[in-house]
Amino acid sequence: MNTSAVPLPAWIEVVLIPLLNILLALIVAGLIMLTIGVDPVEAVAIMIRGAFGYDEAIGYTLYYTTNFIFTGLAVAVAFHASLFNIGGEGQAMIGGLGVGLVFLLLDSVLPTLLLIPIGIIAAALFGAAWAFIPAWLQAYRGSHVVITTIMFNFIASSLMVYLLVNVLIKKGSMSPETREFEPGAWMPFMHDFLAWFGFDVTRSPLNLSLVLALVCAFLVWIYIWRTRWGYELRTAGFSEDAAVYAGIKPKTVVISAMCISGALAGLMAVNEIMGVHHRLILNFTAGYGFTGIAVSLMGRNHPVGIIFASLLFGVLYQGGAELAFEMPKVSREMVVAIQGLIILFSGALALMLRPWVVRIYLMLRPPQVQAAS
Amino acid sequence: MTPSQDLAIELRHISKSFGLVRANHDISMQVQRGTVHGIVGENGAGKSTLMSILYGFYQADRGEILIDGKVRQITSSRDAIDVGIGMVHQHFMLVDTLTVLENVMLGAESHALLNKSSIDARAELQKLADEYDLGVELDAVTGELPVGEQQRTEILKALYRHAEILILDEPTGVLTPQEADQLFRVLRALKERGVTVILITHKLREIMDITDTVSVLRLGEMVAHRNTVDTSVEELAELMVGRRLVESSFSRVENPGSRKGIEVRDLTVIDQRGKKRVDNISFTVKHGEIVGIAGVAGNGQSKLLEVLAGIAQPSSGDFEIGGYQCKPGKPLNPSRCRALHINHVPEDRLKLGLVKAFTAAESALLGYHNERQYSIRGFLQLKSIRAMCARLMEGFDVRPGNPSLRSSTFSGGNQQKLILARELEKNPEVLLVGQPTRGVDIGAIALIHQKLIEMRDAGCAVLLVSVELDEIMALSDRILVMFEGRIVGEVKGGDADKTQLGLMMANAMEQAS
Repeated sequence: MNTSAVPLPAWIEVVLIPLLNILLALIVAGLIMLTIGVDPVEAVAIMIRGAFGYDEAIGYTLYYTTNFIFTGLAVAVAFHASLFNIGGEGQAMIGGLGVGLVFLLLDSVLPTLLLIPIGIIAAALFGAAWAFIPAWLQAYRGSHVVITTIMFNFIASSLMVYLLVNVLIKKGSMSPETREFEPGAWMPFMHDFLAWFGFDVTRSPLNLSLVLALVCAFLVWIYIWRTRWGYELRTAGFSEDAAVYAGIKPKTVVISAMCISGALAGLMAVNEIMGVHHRLILNFTAGYGFTGIAVSLMGRNHPVGIIFASLLFGVLYQGGAELAFEMPKVSREMVVAIQGLIILFSGALALMLRPWVVRIYLMLRPPQVQAAS
Repeated sequence: MTPSQDLAIELRHISKSFGLVRANHDISMQVQRGTVHGIVGENGAGKSTLMSILYGFYQADRGEILIDGKVRQITSSRDAIDVGIGMVHQHFMLVDTLTVLENVMLGAESHALLNKSSIDARAELQKLADEYDLGVELDAVTGELPVGEQQRTEILKALYRHAEILILDEPTGVLTPQEADQLFRVLRALKERGVTVILITHKLREIMDITDTVSVLRLGEMVAHRNTVDTSVEELAELMVGRRLVESSFSRVENPGSRKGIEVRDLTVIDQRGKKRVDNISFTVKHGEIVGIAGVAGNGQSKLLEVLAGIAQPSSGDFEIGGYQCKPGKPLNPSRCRALHINHVPEDRLKLGLVKAFTAAESALLGYHNERQYSIRGFLQLKSIRAMCARLMEGFDVRPGNPSLRSSTFSGGNQQKLILARELEKNPEVLLVGQPTRGVDIGAIALIHQKLIEMRDAGCAVLLVSVELDEIMALSDRILVMFEGRIVGEVKGGDADKTQLGLMMANAMEQAS
């Protein structure tokens, strides 16, 4: 029976099925834990406590979430134009480079109120520029964007090593990093920000970039579903022929979609470089760019879904770190394996349960007589 | 009919649902050995589902299939072939780069070594070809053969697998009238030798021509069985649609005046592979007339339409459309066309005309998303877009009339009506129409034809491309015939004669004279 054609109510599609997927992943993860003699219920309890149990934990969870929202949105925008941007990692690195260059030049000259927007714009522009090259190659030279964006990750990584070792390194330093930016260029920490209003929360890396991420999610939603550019993007994404027929230029769409995608990935550097490290370092992207693919898949390429998926991954990162710390039997690798299972079940196997859900749904609902097709 | 007769196929109470949609409901049917049995029904009536059940692509939810009086479980096409059922699909299942012989053998080789198999197959096929007058050159590369011969290859394939029952799905859709006649001769020869033929078609004249018995499907149910001699085209049409149809005939325009909507001069289009798709053609379409382009699919009509609509560019020659001079270096594009009130109803509605994943309202916006009433400073005006779609749906009786439904959930006919509504509502000066009624129900065809005539009478220059000769003949004031990219004939609409057009379509006029 072809169940993919059967429409399901939205709550089953966007709430029930993803929850079932996560549950299934946790069950499989639990079985693995049982085999190494760990009580899975206790492990899950530690993870949840580690992610939400106290101020600092929540701060860390949301800090990770911020990164995932940016990279998830980046993947989603490209995806709606039917492009698979695997280059979030490289675009974020170059976004960080933009922030670094601008701040090394200007951080002692300009006031905070100017520095922060300039930093954000630099991150977005540099990320977009890094995505523009593969986009141009795809649109005008037919080089597949999947291949070129992967290669551009390596190029970005090498470029960063060269620049940080040879050019931008702090004088007299042994480690490849720039000098610290002046505090005026820092994105305010959430604990400092809340302290201005009299709330006292524990220090954590969480900073105001989270607000920027949420604003971006909203803007992406507006862009894709409420503007004519988003309409052009989706038309070209679904059918290039229909786009041409409608007078839309698919090449322009490829380039604009990839640049927006790259800009969003670049903004991840706002959280890491402006918000936390306050200097340009190597490998600050730490795989968040790749995880963005899973986040976007899991969030069904919709900003709301991406926010929730990012939160889930934030919990996995933060709770997982706590788990590895508290339970010696659960190694760091074990935590990665659990994350992998969740990605597997919610991303790659996202539709695996759907046929059964459809059957149960149809069984519970007596078939209505409709026109045959 | 009583069960004691010699039945090749008997279906008992077959039902099949897809989710909530009932495709076949309680269908029973008997076909006697050595007869030609027609199955007619509108698009979406469940013909294809029923045949897919018989051929093992789907399993029925309920009911049984009896072949030669025995109940059979057919769960794959392999099972179907084993019980002697062969199928010729509407879209051929042939490997274009293999020879006819290789295609026929494919999957049914008699030996592990190809050489030995091909010697066996060649002998067997020669016998079949002689017996049924099914001449196909066995060593020809399949993709280079005319469609008629490709179809005969499909029939040979089925017979080579010892098919006693042959199912043909819309076999004449791609054939010229002469090729169709030849097919029918083959089918008659098969019938004389005891092969049972099931013919699925929506062309009622063919049913009257060749079948012995006929079954009518409507909305997934079998509504009638008839002996062909006891019925008529009118009765069958009424059974298919469920109501009486008024045969409409339209007036012709003899002298449309002098204002030219389209003027094409020495136009040639060479595709990326270097093949001439449109070969040095010239013609004009005046305001207030419909010029129909007849031809077997794939003879350059599609490319011509794309060029005139600004989607493809000509290689040489020039044309004027809606007052715009298009020359090399001064190309036309779809946006400019719309600005000039040149509207285009594309041939392939699923690829070009709409986006399946979009809502009906979003598909209704296709091509007009930059207009001021639908987007202000870049923001889509969802309310006015929905209202526009609802208005289009009402004007063209699109069902269900809900702008929020996905485009893919509409039937082919309703999708087509939505596209036509979108383009015709703009009051075009020039209208380019490709296959306006392909896959559209009989009921909707009359409405679409009426609307096209209204456009003409309002002074629009209409260029109509269709592979349905009946449609071309019913609507056109002048008919041009295309063959291999050239215009090989021109006939006045009123004087058109099917045989003559058919000969032109096969480019047999010169050879015959």
